Amino acid sequence: MSAATTTPPSPPTAGPARSARRGTELGLLVLALVISVGAYAAVGLGAQGALPPGTLRYGLGLAGLALAAHVVVSLRAPYADPILLPAITLLNGIGLALIHRLDVAYAVRAAEAGRAAPDPHAPEQLTWTLIGVGLFVAVLLVVRDHRRLQRWTYTAGLVGIGLLLLPLLPGLGVEVNGARIWIRAFGLSFQPGEAAKIVLIVAFAGYLVRTREQLALAGRRFAGLDLPRGRDLGPLLSMWAISLGLLVFQRDLGTSLLFFGVFVVLLYVATERPSWLVVGGGLFLVGAWAAAQVFSHVQHRVDAWLAPFADPDANYQIIQALYGLAYGGILGRGLGQGRPDLVPYANSDFIMAALGEELGLTGVMAVLLVYGVIVERGLRTALLAKDPFGKLLAAGLATSLALQVFVVVGGVTKLIPLTGLTTPFLSLGGSSLVMNWVLIALLLRVSDAARRPAPAPAPPTADALTQVVRR
Amino acid sequence: MNKPIRRLSVALLLLFTALLLNATYVQVVEAGSLNARSDNRRVLLDEYGRQRGPILVSDNSRVAFSRKTDDQLDYLRRYPEAARYAHTTGYYSFLYGRTGVESTQNDVLSGTGPRFFVRSIVDLLTGKAPQGGSVVLTLDPRAQRAAYDALGDRKGAVVAIDPSTGAILAMVSKPSYDPNKLASHSVAEQTAYWKRLNADPGKPLLDRATSELYPPGSVFKLVTASAALESGRYTADTVVPGPARLDLPQTTFDLTNENGGACGSGGRTTVANALRISCNTAFGGIGLDLGAAALRAQAEKFGIDDVPFGDLPAAISRFPEDPDAPQTALSAIGQFDVRVTPLQMAMVTAAIANRGVLMAPYVVDELRTPDLDVLSRHEPQEVSQAVSAETAATLTSMMVDVVRNGTGTNAAIPGIAVAGKTGTAQSDPSRPPYAWFTSFAPADQPRVAVTVLIEDAGVARSEVSGNALAAPVARAVMEAVLGQ
Repeated sequence: MSAATTTPPSPPTAGPARSARRGTELGLLVLALVISVGAYAAVGLGAQGALPPGTLRYGLGLAGLALAAHVVVSLRAPYADPILLPAITLLNGIGLALIHRLDVAYAVRAAEAGRAAPDPHAPEQLTWTLIGVGLFVAVLLVVRDHRRLQRWTYTAGLVGIGLLLLPLLPGLGVEVNGARIWIRAFGLSFQPGEAAKIVLIVAFAGYLVRTREQLALAGRRFAGLDLPRGRDLGPLLSMWAISLGLLVFQRDLGTSLLFFGVFVVLLYVATERPSWLVVGGGLFLVGAWAAAQVFSHVQHRVDAWLAPFADPDANYQIIQALYGLAYGGILGRGLGQGRPDLVPYANSDFIMAALGEELGLTGVMAVLLVYGVIVERGLRTALLAKDPFGKLLAAGLATSLALQVFVVVGGVTKLIPLTGLTTPFLSLGGSSLVMNWVLIALLLRVSDAARRPAPAPAPPTADALTQVVRR
Repeated sequence: MNKPIRRLSVALLLLFTALLLNATYVQVVEAGSLNARSDNRRVLLDEYGRQRGPILVSDNSRVAFSRKTDDQLDYLRRYPEAARYAHTTGYYSFLYGRTGVESTQNDVLSGTGPRFFVRSIVDLLTGKAPQGGSVVLTLDPRAQRAAYDALGDRKGAVVAIDPSTGAILAMVSKPSYDPNKLASHSVAEQTAYWKRLNADPGKPLLDRATSELYPPGSVFKLVTASAALESGRYTADTVVPGPARLDLPQTTFDLTNENGGACGSGGRTTVANALRISCNTAFGGIGLDLGAAALRAQAEKFGIDDVPFGDLPAAISRFPEDPDAPQTALSAIGQFDVRVTPLQMAMVTAAIANRGVLMAPYVVDELRTPDLDVLSRHEPQEVSQAVSAETAATLTSMMVDVVRNGTGTNAAIPGIAVAGKTGTAQSDPSRPPYAWFTSFAPADQPRVAVTVLIEDAGVARSEVSGNALAAPVARAVMEAVLGQ
C-alpha cells in the first residue's frame, strides 16, 4: 500500500525521474516526427519525383502540435508514461502520409479521366489532428484526477447510450454504405459511436468498481467453474441487448462487437472470475450465430471471409485489399509506387491494405508492433494504478484499442470476417482520430497518477470509495 | 485485479501474434498465387508501366513492340504487320488479357520471370526503369507473307515446318484479326472490336493452324501407307484390291472412290498407284488388313494423341478409340472420327521428309535480355523415329509421283522435285468439304514441309479439291522458302 508511505517525496529523487521520462518522450517524439515527415516527403518523391509542396509547413505544423502536447504532458502529467505520446504521434504521422499518398493517386486518376481533382483529404486530417491534440490538451488540463470521473458513472452511461442512439434520429442521422452510424449537423459529419466508446468505458469502469464485490459472488458450480448467480446476469444481458441493438438498427457489426468485448473483459478483470468470460463468450457466440442466420449483411460478410473469390464482384473490396497486400510483399512497392487507390476506401477502413502495399509486410509489422506497445503500456498502467477505478479505466481503454486494431486489421487481412471500423490514428476520419487522442490523454492521466512517487493527495471528495486504494 | 490484467495482456498478445502471422501468410506465402490471378489489375498495370520486350521474326524484324505513350498506361503495344502474325504473336489487351506468344512468353516479355530476378534487383538499386526481354520466332517473313497472301480471303490455315529441325517457318490462320485494335488504349475501340470479332461467324480469333481439329480425309492415307510399309507385309509395288466398291463388314454401307470407278484394271492396283490416285477402296482394304491397333500405333508415332508442342496452345489430334471393322476402314482414309490440326499434318509430312525422324515443332527460337544477350536458344529435339529411313524414302518417291502424275499436279515447281498428297474431307453434308494439301520440297534434300487446309473457299462443292484449292497455296509457300 503506497498510501502507507510516510516519507514525503524529496524533489531531488522525483526531479530526475520525471525529467528523464520527459526526456525519453522528447527524444522518441523527434524520432516519430522524422519518420512521419520523411514518409510524407517520400510520397512526393515516389509518386511525382519531387518533394511535395508545403513539406516544410507540414513538418513544422506536425512538430508544433506534438511539441505542444509534450509540453502540456510535462506540466500536467509529468510522471506519465513516456512512450504513449510518441507512439500515437508516429501513427498519426504515418496516417497523414498515407492519406496524402491517396490524395495524390486520386488526383492522378481524376486528371487521366479528365475530371477535376477531388478535394485532398490530408489537410482535412491535419485539421482533425489539430482538434485531436486540442482535446488531448484539454483533457489533461481539465481532468486533474481521473478518479473524479467516477462520480459521473451513471451520467456517462446515459450519455454514452444517448450518443449511440443519435444517428437513429431522423434528420440528424445519415446512412453511409449501409451503416447508420453518422450524424450530420452544421455541415459537419461525426460518428458519435467513437465518443460513446470512451464515455461508456468510463461508465463500465465506474459501475464495476461499485458492483464488483457482488458480481464476484459465486453461484452454481459447473465443470470446475463458479458460475455467476442468475440475478447478477442483468448488466451483462443488458449490454448484450444493446450490442445486438447496434447490430440490428445501425448495422454496425464492428462497434457492436467492440462494446460487448470490452464489457466482458472488464467484468472479468473486476471480478477475477473467469466464468464471466465463459458466459460472455457464450452469449457472443449465440448472438453471432443468430445474426449470421437472420441478417443478410452479416451472412455476406461471413461468406466473403470464407470464400472471397466465389463472388468477385460482391467481394471486390476484400479481394482488392488482398491483392494490394500481396503486391506489397515483404518490402512493399515503396511509398508512391503502388496502386493503393485500387482498393475502395483505401484511406479509411482499408488503410492497412494501402500500408501493406507500399510499405510491405515490414511496414505492417512495424505498425502492429507500435499498436502492441501502446496496448502494453496501457495494461502496464492498469497494473500500476493504485485505485480500482484507474485499473479498470486503463484496462478498458487499452482493451478497446487492442480489440479495435484486431477487428479491423484482422478483417482487412482476412483473418476474421470484415467489419467496418476505423484503424486508430491511421484512418481518415475526424471522430475516430479526435477520440483516440482523448483516449490516450485519459491513459496518460491514469498513468501519471500511477507512477507518481508519492501518494497523490486525495482530493477532498464526498465519495469515500475513491480513497480506498488497492493494489 | 492484477492477475486478470496479466492474463488479459497475454490474451491480447496472442491476438496481435495472430495478426502478425496472418499478415505474413497473406503477404509472403499466399502472395504468389494472389499476384498470379487474372483479374488482378495491379500486376497488369505494373506490366504496362514497364517497356515490354519486342517479338521478332527470323530476319530480326519486329512483329510486336511497345511504344511510349503519355496516357495512363505508359506503353502501347504495336503490331506493325497487323493481322499477318496475329495468331502466333497473339494479342495483348488490357481488357481481354493476352494470347499466343504474348501469353506463353509473358515472363520474358514483361521481364518479371525468375530469370529476371537478379536483373530486377539491380534495376531497383540503380534506379533503372525495368524492361522486358525479347522473343525471337522461327517464322520466316517471306514464307509467312507468301502463305498469308496465297490463302487470300479463304477460311483456312497454313503451317510450314523445316523438317530437319522442326522450326515453324510459316503459320497462318484465316480469317485473321488486327491485334493493334485489341491493344488499343481506348476502351471503346477495344470493346467494339472485341464484340465484332466474337460476333463474326468466321471466328477470326480462332487459330485454325493449331487449335482446331478437322477430319484429314485422304492426306491421312500417308499414315496408313506408313503403317502398311512398316508392317513389312507391303511394299510400294504390292498389288492390292482397289474395287469400285468396298463392302464394309457388318454394314450395308459400301466404300466408294472419288470418281466412282475402280482403281486400276480389274479392280487391282499397287500401293504406290493407290496413293497416286488417292484410291479409297484400296486404303480402306489395307486398313482392314492392318487393323486399328497398327494404325493407331503409327499415328501415335507421328505425334497424334500427344502433341509435342508447347509454344502455343495446341489441340491434341486423335485417332478413334476401339473402332470396329467398318470404322477402321473409314479411319484408314481419314474419315470417321479421325481429327487432326493442320500443325499435326505438317508434322507427319515433315517426319517423312526428315528420313522418318519426327522433330518437335517449335516457333520460339530465342529468348533475349533487354541488352540482347541470349537467355536461351531452342535446341532441335527428336520426338521419335516415326518410320524407318527406307519407308520414308519409299513414301517420298510415291508422293513425288502424286505431284508429277497424280492428284497433286498444281503443287509442281519447275526444276524441283516436290512430294505431296491431296485430301478432301467431307464431315458434314451441310458444309462444303475441306480441301487439304500437304507436301515437302525439294524431295531429295527437303527444306520445307507445308500443310494447307482450306475450310471454305466459297466455291461450289464439285470444285472443292485439294489440288485445285490447296496445292497452289502450298506451292507458293515452298517457292518462298526455296527462294524461287
